[in-house]
Amino acid sequence: MAAITASAPSAAPFAEAAAVPRRPRRRNVRYGLTVLLFMSPWIVGFLFLILYPMVSSLYFSFTKYSLLEAPKWIGFQNYVLMFTRDPLFWQAFRNTIWIIAVGVPLRIVFGIFTAWLLTLPRSGSRTYRTLYFLPSMATPAAAALAFVLVFNPAFGPVNQILRGIGVQDPPLWFYGPNSSKWGLVLLGLWGVGDAMIIFLAGLLDVPRQLYEAADIEGANGRQKFRFVTLPMLSPVIFFSTVIGVIYGFQLFTQAYAASLATSGSSVSDAAANLGSPQGSMLFYSIYLYQQGFQDFRMGYASALAWVLFIITMICTLLIIRGSRRWVHYQGGGFK
Amino acid sequence: MTQGIAISSAAQIERRPVPPSVHRKRFLLTIARHAGLIAVAAIFIAPLIFVVLTSLMTNEQAVTPSFWPRPFQWSNFAEVFHRIPFLRYTWNTAQIALLSTLGVVLSCVPVAYALARMRWRGRQISFIVVLSTIMLPIQVTIVPLYVIWVRLGQIGHMTPLILPSFLGDAFSIFLLRQFFLTIPEELSDAARVDGATEFQIMTRVIVPLAKPAIAAVALFNFLYNWNDLFAPLLFLGENQKLWTLSLALTEFQQRHGTEWNLTMAASLMILIPVIILFFLAQRAFVEGVTLTGVKG
Repeated sequence: MAAITASAPSAAPFAEAAAVPRRPRRRNVRYGLTVLLFMSPWIVGFLFLILYPMVSSLYFSFTKYSLLEAPKWIGFQNYVLMFTRDPLFWQAFRNTIWIIAVGVPLRIVFGIFTAWLLTLPRSGSRTYRTLYFLPSMATPAAAALAFVLVFNPAFGPVNQILRGIGVQDPPLWFYGPNSSKWGLVLLGLWGVGDAMIIFLAGLLDVPRQLYEAADIEGANGRQKFRFVTLPMLSPVIFFSTVIGVIYGFQLFTQAYAASLATSGSSVSDAAANLGSPQGSMLFYSIYLYQQGFQDFRMGYASALAWVLFIITMICTLLIIRGSRRWVHYQGGGFK
Repeated sequence: MTQGIAISSAAQIERRPVPPSVHRKRFLLTIARHAGLIAVAAIFIAPLIFVVLTSLMTNEQAVTPSFWPRPFQWSNFAEVFHRIPFLRYTWNTAQIALLSTLGVVLSCVPVAYALARMRWRGRQISFIVVLSTIMLPIQVTIVPLYVIWVRLGQIGHMTPLILPSFLGDAFSIFLLRQFFLTIPEELSDAARVDGATEFQIMTRVIVPLAKPAIAAVALFNFLYNWNDLFAPLLFLGENQKLWTLSLALTEFQQRHGTEWNLTMAASLMILIPVIILFFLAQRAFVEGVTLTGVKG
C-alpha cells in the first residue's frame, strides 16, 4: 500500500512494444495519483477508524481508564482480573459459546432444509421464497420484542399451543434462565432467510449430471444428499459457519432488547438488568457494553475487546484449518 | 444427445398417455410438497400476524390468551404518536440511513474500482487488508472511537453515525470489487483507446453495468443502518431528540412495558417501511445476498 505506482503501462517487454512509444513518465505519475485518489476514502478510513483505534485500544487494555482521568498504566492487571476474578466474564463467555455452538449449526441445517424445500415446486416457488426470506429483514429490536410476546409463558400463543397438545410445564422461554437462550436461537432460525438464499443458490448450482450419474449407480435419496449435495454445498456451509461464528460473538441487539423487556425494569436501572433473567442472556458484547459504556471502565472494556478479537481469530483459523478436510471446491478450488 | 434420441423415437411412437395411477401419484406428490411449503410459510409468517393482531387489541386483551382483537382498537397507532414523537424518530432514522448509504456508495465505488480494474503495486496486499477488516469485530475499535468522538464533542450528534460511511466499508468494497471483476476488460480497453480517463471509465462504463451490485450494496447499508441499535445507543443515547426508531422502541418498551398492544403497534410501524422496501427491491436483495455467498 505504501508504494502506489503504476506498473501496468510500462510492463511490456515484448518486441512489438518497442515500436509503440513508451508512455511518458508524466502519464505514470497521473495514473498513480488516480489510484491514490480512488483509494483515499479507504486509506483515511483504515488509518483513523481501524488502525489507530486498534492500537489505541490495545494500549487502553493495559490501563485503568475512566474517560474522566487520563489512562493509568497497570500492566496485565485487566487480563489477570478477567481470567481469575471475574465470574461475569466467564458467564458471558459461556453464554456466547453456547449460543454459537447451538445456534450456528441449527441455522445451517434449517437453512439447507428451507432452501431444499424451495427447490421442490414446479410453480409458485417465488412466492414461498418471498415469505421465507421476509423475516430475516425484520428490525432486530422489533423482532426480539415480538418474540418475547409470542413466547410469553402465560398468554403467548406458543405456550398455549404446547399446553393444548398436553405439555404439562411449557418452558418460560425468555423469562427463564434455562430457556431464554433457546428463545434467541428460535429468533435466529426465524431470520434464517439470508443463509437460506445462499444455500438455495448453492443447491441450484449443483450440476444435474451428478445426480443423473448417482441415479445410474443406483444411489437412493439419502446417498445422493450425502455424497453429491453435501460436498457440493460444502463451500457455502463453510462460509456460513465462519460468518455465523464471527457474528455470534458480536450478538447484541436481540439479547439487549429481549433482556430489557423481560426484566421489566425502568430505564434508570437498566444497567443492572442487562443479561437478565439471571445473567442467562449476558453475552460477550453485552458485557463489554456494560463495562465500557455504562460503568465507564474503558481499560477493562478494551481488554475484553482484545480477548474477543483473539478468540474470534482462533475460532476462524480453526474452522479454516478443519475445513480442508471437508470443504470441496469444484475444479480444484482456490489456494 | 438424449434429446436427439427422444425426437427420433417420438416420430415413430405416439406419446403414451400417462397412466392414471402415475398421474394420481404425481398429483398427490405435488399436493404434499405444497402442503409442506405452506406449513413452513405459516411458521415464518405467524409471528408477524400475531404482532398485527396484538397491535389492534385493547391493553387488557393483549395480556390474555385470546387471539382475535375484540374490539379492533385502531386508535393504538395514533396513541403511539401521542406517547412518543414517532415522526421525528422516523425522520432521524431515515436521515442517518440515507446519508450513510450515500456515503458508502460514493466512497466504496472508486475504491473497488481501483482494486478491481486498475493495476498498481500493492493492490493485492491492499485487498487482503480490506478482506481482513471485514472480520474485525467492531468492539475492538469501539472504545477509542467513542473517546475520539467525545473529544470532538460529537456524542449526541449524528456525525459518528454518518461520517464513517464516507470513509469506505470493507464489506461493500469487497462485494463491489467481486462484481467489477466480472465485467469484461475489453470494455475498459475500448474506452481507453478512445482516450477516456479512468474516472470516465468508472462513471460511464463500469457504474452503469454494475447497477445491480451497487443497488445491493445500497440496500444492505440502508437496512443495516435502519435496523442498527448498537451505534445509536452508544452515540445518541443522551440526546433524545436524535433517537432512532430501534432505540426509541427499546426505551418505549421499558417505559410502557405492560402495554403490549402499543409496543406491538410501534414495532409494526417500524417494520412496515422495511417490508415495503423489500417488496419493491426483492430481486436486488436476493441477488445481492447470493453475490455475497457464492463468490465469497
